[in-house]
Amino acid sequence: MSEKPIQGEKRVFMTGNEVVAWAALAAKADIMYGYPITPQNEIMHYWTRMAPKFGRKFLQTEDELSAGFTTLGGVLSGRKAFTATAGPGNTLMQEPLSMAEMMRIPSVVVIQQRGGPSTATVIYSQQEVTMTTFGGNGEGFRIVYSTSSHQELFDYTIKAFNTAWKYRFPTFVLADGYQAKMRESLSIYDPEEKGIELVKPEAAIGKPAVDGKKEPVHVRNTYNTEEELLAVLTGYMEDYQKCAPEIIEYQEFDCDDADVVVVSHGVVSRAAKGAVQELRKEGLKAGFFRPVTLRPFPADQLRSVADKTKTLLFVESAFGQMAKLAKEGIFGSTVNVDTLFKPGVGITSEEIVAKVKGLL
Amino acid sequence: MSTLPQMPKSWRLESKPHKFCPGCGHGLVLKALGEAIDELGIQDRVAFGCDIGCSLLAWDFFNVDTVQTHHGRTTPVMTGIKRANPDIICIAYMGDGGGYAIGSQHLVNAAARNERITAILVNNCNYAMTGGQMAPTTLPGMKTETSPYGRDVEQSGYPTQGPEMVAAITREGAYVARGTIANLKQLKSYLKKALENQMAGNGFSFVESLASCPTNWRTNAKDTWAFVEQEMPKYFKVGEIKNPAEKGDE
Repeated sequence: MSEKPIQGEKRVFMTGNEVVAWAALAAKADIMYGYPITPQNEIMHYWTRMAPKFGRKFLQTEDELSAGFTTLGGVLSGRKAFTATAGPGNTLMQEPLSMAEMMRIPSVVVIQQRGGPSTATVIYSQQEVTMTTFGGNGEGFRIVYSTSSHQELFDYTIKAFNTAWKYRFPTFVLADGYQAKMRESLSIYDPEEKGIELVKPEAAIGKPAVDGKKEPVHVRNTYNTEEELLAVLTGYMEDYQKCAPEIIEYQEFDCDDADVVVVSHGVVSRAAKGAVQELRKEGLKAGFFRPVTLRPFPADQLRSVADKTKTLLFVESAFGQMAKLAKEGIFGSTVNVDTLFKPGVGITSEEIVAKVKGLL
Repeated sequence: MSTLPQMPKSWRLESKPHKFCPGCGHGLVLKALGEAIDELGIQDRVAFGCDIGCSLLAWDFFNVDTVQTHHGRTTPVMTGIKRANPDIICIAYMGDGGGYAIGSQHLVNAAARNERITAILVNNCNYAMTGGQMAPTTLPGMKTETSPYGRDVEQSGYPTQGPEMVAAITREGAYVARGTIANLKQLKSYLKKALENQMAGNGFSFVESLASCPTNWRTNAKDTWAFVEQEMPKYFKVGEIKNPAEKGDE
């Protein structure tokens, strides 16, 4: 077939949406199904330009329901399939993704968050956390990576395919309009040349006959009795809890002696990092904690931070959607909690510095 | 020598007798489909998709790869499979609610894109699994749970004529027909042609079948059959509408 999309490692300067398209190519994604919605459109734009050169496919569907369900079809047939969406499109995407949860379909979805509720803005927010982690009529059997930079968009898009196919839970890369549209420098690379093994996809539907005999499969999401459903979901929960410690990722620094620990995720964590470094330069005892996986949430890790600090300051571009996950994770802790919430608006390190100083 | 009628080879014996109500038309449509699959010898190459609604009861009906999806979504799931792996022969099986209401955008756009899949829609004039509500195909004046005084066309419009709609929006290569459980030989020939049309890579294939629902119609055997044979075809004309194999002098 065609040569590798990326030879070796290259420094590039590009938008986040372009990064996602390159990462999907590098991860050996076979097909993208998509429907236009801002701010994720350029993922499709770059994919449709590059994919045919490497024997990959694209289908533009009639809506996000179809983009989601065709993606599930592609995955069931044993191909690495993905889609991308945002905002009201993410709302529609919850229906197919609840089926992915129930049928353990390793689908990959990239979300570029925009303002909400409803149409709101096409620009930016962190308001799709609740929906992406626990949307649909389900139990949140999903994996959600919240990226903060273009390098992470590249790294975690590749990782999302591996995580989905290894653990068979639908996997999301959760970014936002700022990351989607901004240009930034990063290194792109061929993962296998770097020693990153790519998990091989496997067909559920359309498996070839073995020794002339075909064993048909019947995949369903309907169950006849309450007990039958309970048995299935109990098994899923055991699987999820078992793999969660392998999947959970987080970052922290300067928490050991901190009076205030700033807790944030995604692009906001960059402002938080700058703020904590600035405060430390001034001799003030601030710390930094960032969940990289929002689902499963690094609850034990945050709890041990909560046990040694006085105040957790939750900072996010939403009215506390990450904070809700965090507070549930540290239930029973007596740590003080404060917030800096600006739904749909970016947050600067200066604002965080001022807020922390007010708490000290 | 057994005098019992043969079950199609592609049927799954372990799930028989099937789960549909006595007198339901689904079993007959699926029998015609099973025979069509047998005669074409494609059992190992088929992916069968069904909706929510009564059609989901077919999730373990055949010894073929099967996916049970959501209401109206079997069309995009089968489209996704076909696009990813064109070697698979994809059958999207749905009811009239799934195809003409909640999933109508999928049916319309799959037809417009000329997706190489075969869609089969069972028309029994009501939402049966949920207890007999008015469907896009409920006949004018027909009583259902949500049209207890009869379907009022001023309020609810006229029944959807699906094959006619699909025929109007598809271009060359599409196969479109309406059959009925009252003529299984004909229905089987339509289903076979619809599958052959997909296998030839011509384009979208669509077969609606008129079918019975005595449970929700609240009819006895005689009245059920009279409704299928006499009432339904007055509004829903049975026959082939588009067949690429019979290209005229266009």
